[in-house]
Amino acid sequence: MGLGRTLLFRSFNMFLVLFATLFITVILLGSTFDELQKEAIRNQVIEEVTQGTLKFENSDERSSYINDQIQFRYKISGLDQDSFTPSKLFHRIISVMTLDLGKSHYFTTDYGSSNVRDIIFEKVPKTLLLFTTATICVTVIGIFLGSYVASKEGSWWDKTNSTFAIFSNSFPTWWVAMLMIIIFAFTLHIFPARATPLSSPSDPTYFIDLLYHMTLPLITLVIVSFGAWAYIVRYFLINILNEDFIHAKRTMGISRRKILYSHALRNAGPPIATAVGLALAASFGGAIITEAVFDWPGMGKLYYDAIGVFDVPIIIGLTFVSTVLFLITIFITDISYTLLDPRVKGS
Amino acid sequence: MQKKLLLGLLRSRRGIIGVTIIAFLLVLSAVAPLIIPIESYFRWNDPDYWINNPKTVAPFWTNFFGPKEFEHLSLDKNDAKVSSESSEGTRVDNYTFQVDMQADSFPDDIMFLYSVKYGDIPPVLQIDINRPDNNTFTIYYSSLPPTNNINTSFSDRIFSTNENIKESLKQYESLFNYSISGLEPQVVIFSDTNKPNVLKGMYQISERFYLFDNYSSVEDAGLILGGKVFGIMGTDDLRRDLAVGIIWGTPIALFIGLTVSIFSIAIGLIYGVIAGYRGKRTDETMMRVNDIFYALPTLPLLILLSITFGRSIFLIIGFILIFSWMGTAKVIRSIALQIRNYQYVEAAKLMGQSDLMVIFKHIVPQLLPLTFASIAIAVPAAILAEAALSFIGLGDPSLPTWGQILHDANTADAASRGIWWWIIPPGLMIALTGLAFFLIGNTLDAIANPLRNKNK
Repeated sequence: MGLGRTLLFRSFNMFLVLFATLFITVILLGSTFDELQKEAIRNQVIEEVTQGTLKFENSDERSSYINDQIQFRYKISGLDQDSFTPSKLFHRIISVMTLDLGKSHYFTTDYGSSNVRDIIFEKVPKTLLLFTTATICVTVIGIFLGSYVASKEGSWWDKTNSTFAIFSNSFPTWWVAMLMIIIFAFTLHIFPARATPLSSPSDPTYFIDLLYHMTLPLITLVIVSFGAWAYIVRYFLINILNEDFIHAKRTMGISRRKILYSHALRNAGPPIATAVGLALAASFGGAIITEAVFDWPGMGKLYYDAIGVFDVPIIIGLTFVSTVLFLITIFITDISYTLLDPRVKGS
Repeated sequence: MQKKLLLGLLRSRRGIIGVTIIAFLLVLSAVAPLIIPIESYFRWNDPDYWINNPKTVAPFWTNFFGPKEFEHLSLDKNDAKVSSESSEGTRVDNYTFQVDMQADSFPDDIMFLYSVKYGDIPPVLQIDINRPDNNTFTIYYSSLPPTNNINTSFSDRIFSTNENIKESLKQYESLFNYSISGLEPQVVIFSDTNKPNVLKGMYQISERFYLFDNYSSVEDAGLILGGKVFGIMGTDDLRRDLAVGIIWGTPIALFIGLTVSIFSIAIGLIYGVIAGYRGKRTDETMMRVNDIFYALPTLPLLILLSITFGRSIFLIIGFILIFSWMGTAKVIRSIALQIRNYQYVEAAKLMGQSDLMVIFKHIVPQLLPLTFASIAIAVPAAILAEAALSFIGLGDPSLPTWGQILHDANTADAASRGIWWWIIPPGLMIALTGLAFFLIGNTLDAIANPLRNKNK
């Protein structure tokens, strides 16, 4: 399969998944969302009439005017139709894709806007900051530790690392997070237990404060996953070290170190890159709980809080945005695998 | 092959560790209903059931590492020495509780429980405390409230904060070498008269009921001394015994894990075999669908599903199933692609056997060993998924699961309050269960997976 076709094929697949997720979301939460929108319109009309200058003969006339107005606006926004008609679903999917989801009832941005799009866009960078940094740290540690233990296959270090990887893989990340809070926040008082900075976002020191609050979540994410990472890297490397071309290089007298770090690692590159991408994508999903435990002000925390108060517009918007992030990460991973792997390119 | 699997499992050290842990968990699940009352399972979220326990206290064994804190003591009628005497129409029922006080700290509070059936003349309750220094404090003397109904019994509990008790203790002020005004009654009762420390030794605490007619009778009497340590795992903010929650969580976790993994592997097996065996268009389409499921964001969709459809344990198992069969389907399909071309399969086809026959008679049996390995490997993910849902607060509200205990702990800010005994055990149990199944699955997979053996 050529590069162009792969790209086309992957993009098509990505959009298919995106629509599937959107469709499920809209089907599941559509009618609740309709009810909330109707209520918002009703309140708006009543407010306008109360504030407005229109005079009415009696209360009957007033209420019939209000009802007409409500029905009229329902019609404009398509709320008079049943929740599951095709045109309605299409309309709804478009509004989710443009994040045109109205206002949140419970949340605002740091600057007071309650528009769902503003709220979500304010949170996305913080989630990306934490989880991308964590993934980079883990990857670097994993590659170095992994190549080290691969070069010492069967040694004490190798065995310890494998055992550690198996153990750390069985622990729920959010549970380790709670333990870290007990150790570093409660017992040692080194880091704050709540990762939301206290200083105002307009403060010049806000970013430094944010980084300080990010330390504990970051350490936790790294501790939980670096062992498994090193194990994966080791697995790929050992497979390659047993290949014929490596044996050939060895007989040519190239040093072990050079073989390991330049030849073997380069060949293990594509599968490692894929694993990095998939891990990053998966960590966005796990972010909901990890962020909630640490109170890190990102998308996951917002999701957790939105579920608590059942803020449907926010839930729908976040599901969409996190799916997009997830798919883009997987897409980039696929493409980079194709670009990195000489065998894929050649054929 | 099955025998080879079992032997291989028991020959590897990791396999044995895994089997041992799971055997322990199974035994724990089996004896759970025998060692703890079944009511604690159904009333896990009912605060009334746990009322006699202390609130948020550490396990008793923390006493080994620091000052000896008072261990929570809850005594009922059966622990009491009962005596009865009567004179001139008055009967005195006496319930005496022995308390061996050896702690370095005072109890948090004292509760006297009773339940009495009586008629027109209310009985009188007197509480005496006989101390190791041979002083006897009468701390309470009062008649029970009048009642009209002789058929129902009157139940109540007297707390150490009771005004009557505070007043009564004032008359013993002179016995103490220091001022006891302002001290809590439970402190005064257990204090040394010479210095403000605990007076260690044997206390006799008696509830005396003066009954004035024949149909009056004492139904129940009890004594609770609120401690700072309790049980082997302590209690949480709702006074629940965490050891009970941990034990009940075991069968539930095993049930969820095994059900989800068995069904998801079965689905994946059938799906993968059909795709691999039929090949061509069918394979292409089925793998496309598989890719789509693979790329769906699991946790957000799990959340949406349980918000919309409900949170019963069976629904949750169904939801997790939707997102857990794809991996197996992919692996099985690639192996089925190979098996399809084996000569004996071709022979069976030439002999005119139907596709269904070939699949279930010739291909699936080949895949069974790998299936067992996959089932074991799939368990931890299922347990983690349920724990994650529970942790968010979307678990089955009627069950005590480990995830739910951690959810309650997180809601109560247990981590930043340093309540480690509320957090460590449930998480360790999740990890331990996951680890055991992972070890077994990994060992089986090393024996049974042809793809893996080829790479070696």
